Amino acid sequence: MTQKGDKAFSLAVHTAGLFVLVLLGTIIVLLFIGGLPAFRAFGPGFLVSSAWNPVTGSFGALVSVYGTVVSSVLALLMAVPLAFGVAFFLTELAPSWLRRPVGTAIELLAAVPSIIYGMWGFFVLAPAVSATVKPWLVSTLGHLPGIAGAFRAAPGDSSIFIASLVLAIMITPFIAATMRDVFLTVPVIFKESAYGLGCTPWEVMRRIVLPYTQASVVGGIMLGLGRALGETMAVTFVIGNTNRISTSIFAPGNTIASLVALEFPEAESGSLQLSSLLALGFILFVISFVVLAISRALLAQRVRA
Amino acid sequence: MDMTTHIPARDARVALTRGQRRRTIDRLARALALLATLVALAFLTSILLTLFYLGIPGLGLHVFTEVTKSPEAHGGLANAIVGSVAQTGLGTLIGTPIGLLAGTYLAEYSGRSALGQVVRFVSDILLSAPSILIGLFIYQILVAPTGGFSGFAGALALAILVIPIVVRTTEDMLRLIPISMREASIALGAPRWKTIVFICYRAALDGLLTGVLLAVARVAGETAPLLFTSLGNSGFSGLGSAMASMPVTIYQYAASAFDDWVQLAWTGALLVTMGVLAINITARLLVRRRQ
Repeated sequence: MTQKGDKAFSLAVHTAGLFVLVLLGTIIVLLFIGGLPAFRAFGPGFLVSSAWNPVTGSFGALVSVYGTVVSSVLALLMAVPLAFGVAFFLTELAPSWLRRPVGTAIELLAAVPSIIYGMWGFFVLAPAVSATVKPWLVSTLGHLPGIAGAFRAAPGDSSIFIASLVLAIMITPFIAATMRDVFLTVPVIFKESAYGLGCTPWEVMRRIVLPYTQASVVGGIMLGLGRALGETMAVTFVIGNTNRISTSIFAPGNTIASLVALEFPEAESGSLQLSSLLALGFILFVISFVVLAISRALLAQRVRA
Repeated sequence: MDMTTHIPARDARVALTRGQRRRTIDRLARALALLATLVALAFLTSILLTLFYLGIPGLGLHVFTEVTKSPEAHGGLANAIVGSVAQTGLGTLIGTPIGLLAGTYLAEYSGRSALGQVVRFVSDILLSAPSILIGLFIYQILVAPTGGFSGFAGALALAILVIPIVVRTTEDMLRLIPISMREASIALGAPRWKTIVFICYRAALDGLLTGVLLAVARVAGETAPLLFTSLGNSGFSGLGSAMASMPVTIYQYAASAFDDWVQLAWTGALLVTMGVLAINITARLLVRRRQ
């Protein structure tokens, strides 16, 4: 009886473990099979074609892949300094009574559903940015030689820039929480020794904590990037959903996730459009997988985030 | 000439300016860190204030008693609320046992085996994978072959999101249980499965519950995986047909041109956010009690 119970339970947990494995494999394979007609019809050209026209039946991944990568990288540029500041504050600067409530508030920011970020971004943040930050950026950076094109004014509130701003706000708590956990793994004796030598808190962060946690900090940033790449609802509200590559970050665009969210429900089953959207999904999965895998490898040395 | 003047760091004046420079940099860095924290908190405050300011005016009994209706017809969100509870509930019911068992495998059975490492890695990837792709997957495997959107398909999509969250917390919580408890149980003659179920699970109960609550909080606000699975419905419906949900209804209404729909979207957004944050805080309190 005992042995039977043990065997059954062992079988159950092994099955569940294998199920998780098979699940991920099935997701990848099914997305690929779904996208196969598009890959067959357009060949490798699918990746470099900027076409997206349901009427003529011509589809390509370039614009949405460009929008996905650019909005996510811009979001990282804004989120990393912010998240680092929060993590620095939470681990070295804040008095101990303040750490828990502020830490919890930051974690709650991460728990807000993404559609709420989308609505808030669309109704509150985008108009505010259009009225203040955008004209300022256009009039200052918009005149610098070389990068002026990237800050050229464009009409409307929706843009790649506002999408990356919303993404930045969304991923900041993720990166901050990971950085905090990573910073906390530094042995106290290292930090105390540095303080004992007369180091300032910034010097302890710069000379002791950061060098010690380097790889994991990059891992935490990659984790944030992985989140940004696949974010759907928040981006769909504010990016403008235009299938065009523009040099200006104030022009509208789209991402893989936003394009799929908008067009998939309307695409006819069995159509080339549906298959192209599934092909985009497969591409997004591959990009996310690579980013997340690197992130896990770097983080594994210190924490599981 | 005094030797010390040739070593800048030992020169009193140089040391003084260097020290001042170090202190200035430190003050600047600390001020920026404080500023970053305040900015992050300001965003949270702005989001919550917006939700209260725009959501509260639409609150009323009709939100909970009326189903979604055409514009100007004074509809509510009753079917969306029921649909969300049903899909989130069923998704959690399906995902939790699988996640619990897989987490148990990682903590109690896998040891240092390669398979264990791979399963842990894959579960972590699933944890952060774009949720819209889970929707596409369920569409491909269930909706397209059976030819219909359904609340059940939506629940399955949510279940896939629940699994990796529960796997993670289960493994973490089981690893906190001291080995001596397992040894004591086995020494008394209890088989391994009884030791795990009646000793380890019981000892880790509030931790396991936290994982489930965090999973509920996460999937209750998910929109993207439901777009191509449960789709949405204007009235009450069973799990077998297309089914309304709060996030999808909010998405459709917020982008609409009708004032009363936009108002309902904000009220719904307030309800969903408060629900999600309340569950999240409850989960954290459970863990804190443990520590």
